[in-house]
Amino acid sequence: MTDVAVVGFAQSPCGVREDATTSGVEMLVPIFAEVFGATGLTRADIGFWCSGSSDYLAGRAFSFVSAVDAIGAVPPTMESHVEMDGAWALYEAWVKVLTGEAEIALAYGFGKSSGAELRRVLALQLDPYLLAPLWPDSVSIAALQARLGLQAGRWTEKDMAEVAARSRAAALANPRAQVSGEVTADDLLARPYVAEPLRAHDCAPVGDGAAAVIMASAERARDLCARPAWITGFAHRIDSGSLGARDLLAVPSAAAAARAAGVAGMAAGAAGAAGAASVEVAELHAPFTHQEILLREALGLGDGVTVNPSGGALCGNPMFAAGLARIGMAAQAVISGLAQRALGHATSGPALQQNLVCVLEAH
Amino acid sequence: MSHPPAPLRAPLEIEFDYTRSLGPVLSQFMTALADRRILGARGADGRVHAPPFEYDPVSADPPGELVAVGPEGTVVSWSWMPEPLEGQPLAGPFAWALIRLDGADTAMLHAVDAGSASAMRIGLRVRPRWAASRTGSIHDITCFEPADAPAAPDTQEQASREPDGMIITPVRLHYEHTASPGESAYLRGLAEGRLLGQRCGVCGHVYIPPRGTCPADGVPTDDEVELPDSGTVTSFCIVNVGYPGQRVTPPYVAAAVLLDGADIAFQHLVLGCDPGEVRMGMRVKAVWNDSGSISHFAPTGEPDATYETYARHL
Repeated sequence: MTDVAVVGFAQSPCGVREDATTSGVEMLVPIFAEVFGATGLTRADIGFWCSGSSDYLAGRAFSFVSAVDAIGAVPPTMESHVEMDGAWALYEAWVKVLTGEAEIALAYGFGKSSGAELRRVLALQLDPYLLAPLWPDSVSIAALQARLGLQAGRWTEKDMAEVAARSRAAALANPRAQVSGEVTADDLLARPYVAEPLRAHDCAPVGDGAAAVIMASAERARDLCARPAWITGFAHRIDSGSLGARDLLAVPSAAAAARAAGVAGMAAGAAGAAGAASVEVAELHAPFTHQEILLREALGLGDGVTVNPSGGALCGNPMFAAGLARIGMAAQAVISGLAQRALGHATSGPALQQNLVCVLEAH
Repeated sequence: MSHPPAPLRAPLEIEFDYTRSLGPVLSQFMTALADRRILGARGADGRVHAPPFEYDPVSADPPGELVAVGPEGTVVSWSWMPEPLEGQPLAGPFAWALIRLDGADTAMLHAVDAGSASAMRIGLRVRPRWAASRTGSIHDITCFEPADAPAAPDTQEQASREPDGMIITPVRLHYEHTASPGESAYLRGLAEGRLLGQRCGVCGHVYIPPRGTCPADGVPTDDEVELPDSGTVTSFCIVNVGYPGQRVTPPYVAAAVLLDGADIAFQHLVLGCDPGEVRMGMRVKAVWNDSGSISHFAPTGEPDATYETYARHL
């Protein structure tokens, strides 16, 4: 099997887009042009396309089919879709390149999160017998997880506010961010609860957006990119769908994905010569402040790791694109020379139920 | 170039009812709820899951006989919902809580009617408030309430309906649908009695309604083209089947109509003649509503278009 590297990444601005439809085409066409421009590729070079999006977000069936307009599928091309964040589309594309079915693949994710009340729409991803009929919204469920950590002494509301303040300051350097700015934790703590114990700054903003990542086989990658971001580990795992049966403070699926991707988790930290200590940059898909703290621990990331230099999902969380964008940003850190080794993470489901880890390195 | 007007937007209301079979384990659980009892399942590791698992997360075996838990329990975690959303258990402010029922090792998510956030705490003892009308669903528990609250008058003892192993979950979603810039121009054109398409700058094909992007080339299509309201039937079917909400009485014809100058056909009604007369190549013209939209297409009586003129558009 070939080595595979990320050679290009682009993402749209995050925000409520009055001009964007749920087909994603208006957001995708410009970023495809951008990533083709950066790599010198054309659509004819892409051997496999894979998208991540959701009909529930769009409010109609087979909404992803309209997005295919953006790729220009004449003559017919090999194309697939996952009803997941684009990070999982990237995983499918990675397998296609690994197994030699394609030399160059493009994964994209898009979501118009602002089309309906997002926290309510997300109730439909829950257990359809015991949970979804009660319409528990995504923010309230995250708040239950945050409360557990507060009670257990794992973090304070101030720790959570500091995650938000640091993220917003970092996002000042990210022109595609939806939220950014200099603000102190104390200022944030003076604001009211949205879903006690969560305040607005603890929750990712609702916004629309798209992201695209191009990966290539070893044979092609070096021609396309001076410093490709080689994928040295890629894994995803899932925890139980029974919310009340999970240990909401452990995130075992994140730790398991990290181990499978070759990042030593917290438990294996001492043995990990090639462990998390050597990851310099981590882009974590944490839509809530306390989830960044949970993920740092589950992934075994020490204080020396720069977490979310983009501002992370707290500064722009277009559904079904934000996880892919984390991997794209991690790859960009390697491609630009900022990092030798970077980690991209994506999550899906309520309260970090499902987690994906991608490790990217310069050779 | 003048700034284009904002895309059109409109509410999109979606309603559908999911009817689901509960399966053997959840059927027992829900049937017990209708009888004001709560059941759990003991796992291979000895832990009691309530609600019960369908397959043991450790051994993957189905559960044995379910065991009674609760009905009182203890709040493990909670969050406050100051403005409940549509469909949630209570209309006024309430707490979401993970509740570990007495005798269980896992927690159940439900609402707690505590009055105010200050009345909530981890460790709070709660009891279910049973719905007066119970059908064998999670809604048989209206919510939980503090165990020291005054007891409500007893509700009816029996289930109001024999649980049948099925639940129906109504889903109501409210979207603000945005039309694309091309679709918006098309719709505004229709209101003026004009048919506006777009031409691809690469392949030269004309799309109506406009797609904004050429599906063949993946490039934006900005070149607006006005088309006549006459065209050719490229294919059709005769609808003989009725369905809820149908606006035309069967039998009638739904056809693919290729407007003159367009490269893609769109679907519309062909009325104004016997359905048996409609054929490929038939020439048709739009019949407009007063309000500025096309009611249907009707035959013009011209000679049929030759097959070669539309063969590429089938």
